[in-house]
Amino acid sequence: MIAALLLPVVAAGVLAFFVRADALRRVLLVGAAGAHAAATAATWLAEPAPVWGGWLALDALGRLFLSITSALFLAAAAYAVGYLRREGEGARRDFEEGLLFDNAPEAAFTGCLLLFVAAMTLVTLAQRFGLLWVALEATTLASAPLIYFHRHHRSLEATWKYLLICSVGIALALLGNFFLGVAATTGRTTLPLLVPDLRAAGPMLHVPWLKTAFLLFLVGYGTKVGLAPLHTWLPDAHSEAPSVVSALLSGALLNCALLGVLRAEQVCAAAGLAPFGRELLVGFGLLSMAAAAVFIPGQTDYKRMLAYSSVEHMGIVAFGLGLGGVAATGALLHAVNHSLGKAMMFLVAGNILARYRSKATGDVRGLLRVLPASGVLWVAGFLAITGSPPFGPFLSELTILRAALDQGRIALAVGFVASLVVVFVGMATSVLGMAQGSAEGARGGREPWLGIAPAAALGAVVLGLGVWVPSTLWTALEAAARLVG
Amino acid sequence: MNAPLDAILVGILLTGFLLLGSSRLVSCIRTVALQGMLLGFLTLAAAERDAVGRAAVLTVASTAVKGFVFPWLLVRVLRGAQVRREIEPLVGYGASLLVGLGVLGLSLWLGTRLPRPDPPLSTLLVPVALFTMLVGLVLIVTRRKALTQVLGYLVMENGIYAFGAGLVQEQPILVELGILLDVLVAVFVMGIAIFHINRQFDHIDTDRMAALRDWTR
Repeated sequence: MIAALLLPVVAAGVLAFFVRADALRRVLLVGAAGAHAAATAATWLAEPAPVWGGWLALDALGRLFLSITSALFLAAAAYAVGYLRREGEGARRDFEEGLLFDNAPEAAFTGCLLLFVAAMTLVTLAQRFGLLWVALEATTLASAPLIYFHRHHRSLEATWKYLLICSVGIALALLGNFFLGVAATTGRTTLPLLVPDLRAAGPMLHVPWLKTAFLLFLVGYGTKVGLAPLHTWLPDAHSEAPSVVSALLSGALLNCALLGVLRAEQVCAAAGLAPFGRELLVGFGLLSMAAAAVFIPGQTDYKRMLAYSSVEHMGIVAFGLGLGGVAATGALLHAVNHSLGKAMMFLVAGNILARYRSKATGDVRGLLRVLPASGVLWVAGFLAITGSPPFGPFLSELTILRAALDQGRIALAVGFVASLVVVFVGMATSVLGMAQGSAEGARGGREPWLGIAPAAALGAVVLGLGVWVPSTLWTALEAAARLVG
Repeated sequence: MNAPLDAILVGILLTGFLLLGSSRLVSCIRTVALQGMLLGFLTLAAAERDAVGRAAVLTVASTAVKGFVFPWLLVRVLRGAQVRREIEPLVGYGASLLVGLGVLGLSLWLGTRLPRPDPPLSTLLVPVALFTMLVGLVLIVTRRKALTQVLGYLVMENGIYAFGAGLVQEQPILVELGILLDVLVAVFVMGIAIFHINRQFDHIDTDRMAALRDWTR
């Protein structure tokens, strides 16, 4: 069953490099996404048996992040078909500086996209710390060529920063692995570095080494999560990558990296060090929210604005997980909400970019008239992502806030709300300005359904989660939160 | 005490200083290759008697990748980019060596601060591993050429690898090979990126790649 999750995407990914016909390759992409989604859905019905001596297993936490990844991949694959049709081969003119550039070959793009998803799937399945590291580094390597799809100097700069900063960051997590190994050594025997084994042996772990290991994991994987002040690669990569890639980076990859930190926190909690890890998560979370609140108002590039919003939301998730208890459940619900909402916004941003040929907020006016469907989705996405009712994030942010107040941590709650308000105002100025106004010169164009339907579907789920959280989902979230606590 | 192990560790220490002091990129590449080969032998020297087979496989694999594939790949990248030297690094060579001494002091101090793992293999191991890691970071931060930054990344990874080779014998061979494969692909992808950077910009100075920033459009 676990093989059914991994093998189709890996096989399709390798195959995609060799398929010549564009149409066939696109069928392959959507087919693999469908198979991945079906296999993921099946894991909700019957828990898959661990394979490979327990190296690969799907627990509640892994299943949650796997489901997010799979849902986004399905939407992204459908969107990518329309996108790739639009972006043909050959030289094209850059709308920002007027220079000429090529796109990367579509076969390489599709292949890397599929391998990227395969690597993320492996991250959610890995129970062994070394394997988790290998998979997370593989996500960096598979996604770097995706960011450099438009072959011009800006995307290249973003790719280089992404490659170097994330690789160096993740190298620290590798050191964390070794520290964890030392912490699990008594005499001449070392415990196998599997999450369940380490949790079972919790109190026997060597505390100072374990604490250092957690710090290294937090800083190392935290670089990839985009926790401030380690987020510097994120706005560049998200703004220069094709929108469909940005959606996956922001909605799926950041969560997978967070899973790496949570695995370490799981071990810490078993060793009786839960408060140590949690306070750090709260601190980094609030700092990330504050950083986003500084950079979002006045942001002139709407894709960068979305990127900073991702920094904010990963901060919210880390903050909630750090508080623990109900807040942790709320934080995981928020991870779901953010992923779906943010992916939707990036997909719509792609439509806007294709029509207006500019990423500058000031160049986009009258969106609701020029692109009615995209315009409505853009405003709805903004309301969702800033936590306005009746969308899902409102509910999850409220859950976290109430838990913070219940714990009597007033100062933290104030900081939380203040950041949310500043971000709301900052984003409102940009988004509403883009949506309204007269569209001089710009005539309404046809909106391809492949550009609208995936985003609309994601938006519908976010709206649905704001109205009603199914009890199955809530139970699953609680089970996942208990694993971290 | 283990004499060959200590000799290898001192060798790794010296390669760190060599890297801090040299400006010719080809000799930097060769020094990193030498360091990688020394690491291979470190694995063998640190292995416990019952795990020699595992260590031998790792030594062969890591020596092949770090001692031969990387220098071959990076020298090709260097030829393509037509640069010879790191001219005017952000921190000069003399100063870099001083920084290196400081880093060495820091590593020695940290080595005494960290709680000693149970069977102490060599008192030099932890300081040398930390020193190598930090030298890698110094190279990444203070050098301009993209190629030197890749070398810095490799040196940092070498330091981490030394730490693992000396202290954690448990890591299964599959994971070790997976890590090696990741680093190999990373260098490969970075090499391609440098090739493209050179074609786009006609230079590989990363500090001159500064189009992406907030607020100043």
